[in-house]
Amino acid sequence: MANKIPRVPVREQDPKVRATNFEEVCYGYNIEEAVLEASRCLNCKQPRCVTACPVNIRIPDFIHQLLLGNFTESARIISEDSSLPSICGRVCPQENQCEGSCILGIKGEPVAIGKLERFIGDWQIEHEDQMPAPEIKRNGHKVAVIGSGPSSLACASDLARMGYTVKIFEALHKVGGVLVYGIPEFRLPKERIVAKEVEAVKKLGVEIETDVIVGRTVTIDSLMHEEGYEAVFIGSGAGLPRFMGIPGENLNGVVSANEFLTRTNLMKAYDSHYDTPIYVGKKVVVVGGGNVAMDAVRTAKRLGAEATIVYRRSEKELPARAEEVHHAKEEGIEFRMLTNPTAISGDEKGWVTGIHCVEMELGEPDASGRRSPIEKEGSDFEIPCDVVIMALGTSPNPLLAATTAGLETNRKGCLVADEHGVTSREGVFAGGDAVTGAATVILAMGAGRKAARTIDQYIREKGRR
Amino acid sequence: MYTILEKRLLAQNIYLMRIHAPRVARSAKPGQFIIVRIDEFGERIPLTISDYNAEDGSVTIVTQAIGASTQKLCAKNEGEALADFAGPLGHPSEFVSEDLESLRKKRFLFVAGGVGTAPVYPQVKWLKEHGIKADVIIGAKTQSMLIYTDQMREVAENLYIATDDGSEGFKGMVTALIKELIEKEGKKYDVCVAIGPMIMMKFVALTTKEYSLPTIASLNTLMVDGTGMCGACRVTVGGKTVFTCVDGPEFDAHQVDFDEAMRRQGMYRTQEERARAIAQERANGHQCHIGLDK
Repeated sequence: MANKIPRVPVREQDPKVRATNFEEVCYGYNIEEAVLEASRCLNCKQPRCVTACPVNIRIPDFIHQLLLGNFTESARIISEDSSLPSICGRVCPQENQCEGSCILGIKGEPVAIGKLERFIGDWQIEHEDQMPAPEIKRNGHKVAVIGSGPSSLACASDLARMGYTVKIFEALHKVGGVLVYGIPEFRLPKERIVAKEVEAVKKLGVEIETDVIVGRTVTIDSLMHEEGYEAVFIGSGAGLPRFMGIPGENLNGVVSANEFLTRTNLMKAYDSHYDTPIYVGKKVVVVGGGNVAMDAVRTAKRLGAEATIVYRRSEKELPARAEEVHHAKEEGIEFRMLTNPTAISGDEKGWVTGIHCVEMELGEPDASGRRSPIEKEGSDFEIPCDVVIMALGTSPNPLLAATTAGLETNRKGCLVADEHGVTSREGVFAGGDAVTGAATVILAMGAGRKAARTIDQYIREKGRR
Repeated sequence: MYTILEKRLLAQNIYLMRIHAPRVARSAKPGQFIIVRIDEFGERIPLTISDYNAEDGSVTIVTQAIGASTQKLCAKNEGEALADFAGPLGHPSEFVSEDLESLRKKRFLFVAGGVGTAPVYPQVKWLKEHGIKADVIIGAKTQSMLIYTDQMREVAENLYIATDDGSEGFKGMVTALIKELIEKEGKKYDVCVAIGPMIMMKFVALTTKEYSLPTIASLNTLMVDGTGMCGACRVTVGGKTVFTCVDGPEFDAHQVDFDEAMRRQGMYRTQEERARAIAQERANGHQCHIGLDK
């Protein structure tokens, strides 16, 4: 019986070794492991995993083809709904989505859907030349895509497949958005995976221009009126870091997680061939409990520091993926839960010497449903450290809204767009973190694909008018 | 890739480079900056724009070779190309969007220090093109370190020069010259714009405050992306933390916490010194591997 087989464990780099390098933590399944794991799927008639997937990948179907050894067909099935399987297989919070709803998970362990998706995605990358090259007839219509993260890549590739002439404008020097500046190499290899997925998008005929800051180098209006783009998709993400506003936050040694991760991931500060400086210190405290906090703390550890997470709620409320928390602990990261920073102290030269915190306890659930932390009176204490990394979440860059008349934002600074990606401005569409605030790769990708369909419809209807 | 159309040595270690970057040239305005990356391994270096020409698609930058990265940049030659040249970034100078009529009634004083003289030029040039007069003070340690004097003379109403050793013009600091102009020569100004080393801008701000002369400083903080993502450039202005890259780079100098800004500039000094030492060793033909793998 299929469900008698235990979930096939995935091979990982030894925690002690990996805490000193930037190689990928998880090795993924080989063919035998993947096929064995695929045999656990019950192929449910009404698959709950498909409903739980934000882009409704036909999971049992791709797993079934994998089981039969038809990897090309399996990849094709995934590609109907997702353009980034290698990436999503690695960074999706499967435990809350597909795997979280797997029927096998009720009594035992769910099918390792994420690892299987990753297997197919990686297989596809390795066998790119065996994949049938799509024959695309160009329709002569031009669409501009702003940003090159998950939502933009997904939107651009779908539009290109439909025949549109698509150009991506990226502000940074590298393509991939958060996939290259944010998520670390040890979770998502840049050359082996991200660059290959980008290559696949280019293969569809999508052009990419880097070093273009839309809102400064060009504007949405100039793209539409001077460069002839009939529609624009905004997938510029949520890149602006938040700070706490506590005393001492501008001391030397306090950085945003964005800065710390950008220096290491995008600018490769961990590689001595690169000129990028980074200040790691001996003891690093990372404030926050999300995936970005985990990425930052594990990066600090790999760069040689003693690294601690400080989070104001309890471990149960950590917004980070369970797998990331587990990996971090294995690597020797210290977790100080129910701890809230109140100030950062420094020496006479203005360098960080410690972070003052108070202990918290959990009170009544707040609007988000999580129990809100309350300060324990008289519980102040100081954690000595020389670097503090703030990982408190990010918000969208206001530049596009500020330079585009009629483009509405909400009070959180997110672009206002409906579920189809329609914004307040005609011909301008948006999706991903720029609309939702910082969320997941899969949601952004899904939004990009939906917007591609809407843009197609918009341009067709415009043609008929 | 962005080709270096022209390279000139302006003073010791100070180079002018004209770069082919048509999109930047078309959109650039006075007061904005660009981010340059020399090659795949390079840092993203923020530099204030020193001139731009939409017709030939060129943007001029002036760099002082002081750190490992700026030395690497200055070692590039005409005909070679830079990997990245992104911009224009930041807000243009405020006067660009002001009403020309009221602008013509204002008297501007620009105070330029060292390599900061170059980005003053497009501002004064813009003002002259719009019929607005501006006085300019250029300060340098000594005559041989003065740059942009000829170009500035063409666009400035009055050009004053101050050198620390008196080898040209006024002997002393720019701040003493500001005092002299206002107190002895009876000059009256409505706006002062200071661009130069942080320490100079700090003291210019202190001086102009005595005369209640509104002053703007263009800050050259550390940056990584230059688009608001990293926060390395944060600075306290009027008690509030702002980002130089997206909120600036020009701020009310009387509100800027210059001491904090100067301290923050030194955040990576140890690493920079190490990088420079390694670069020097390499230049001398020595291949040092100690500590390079960390």
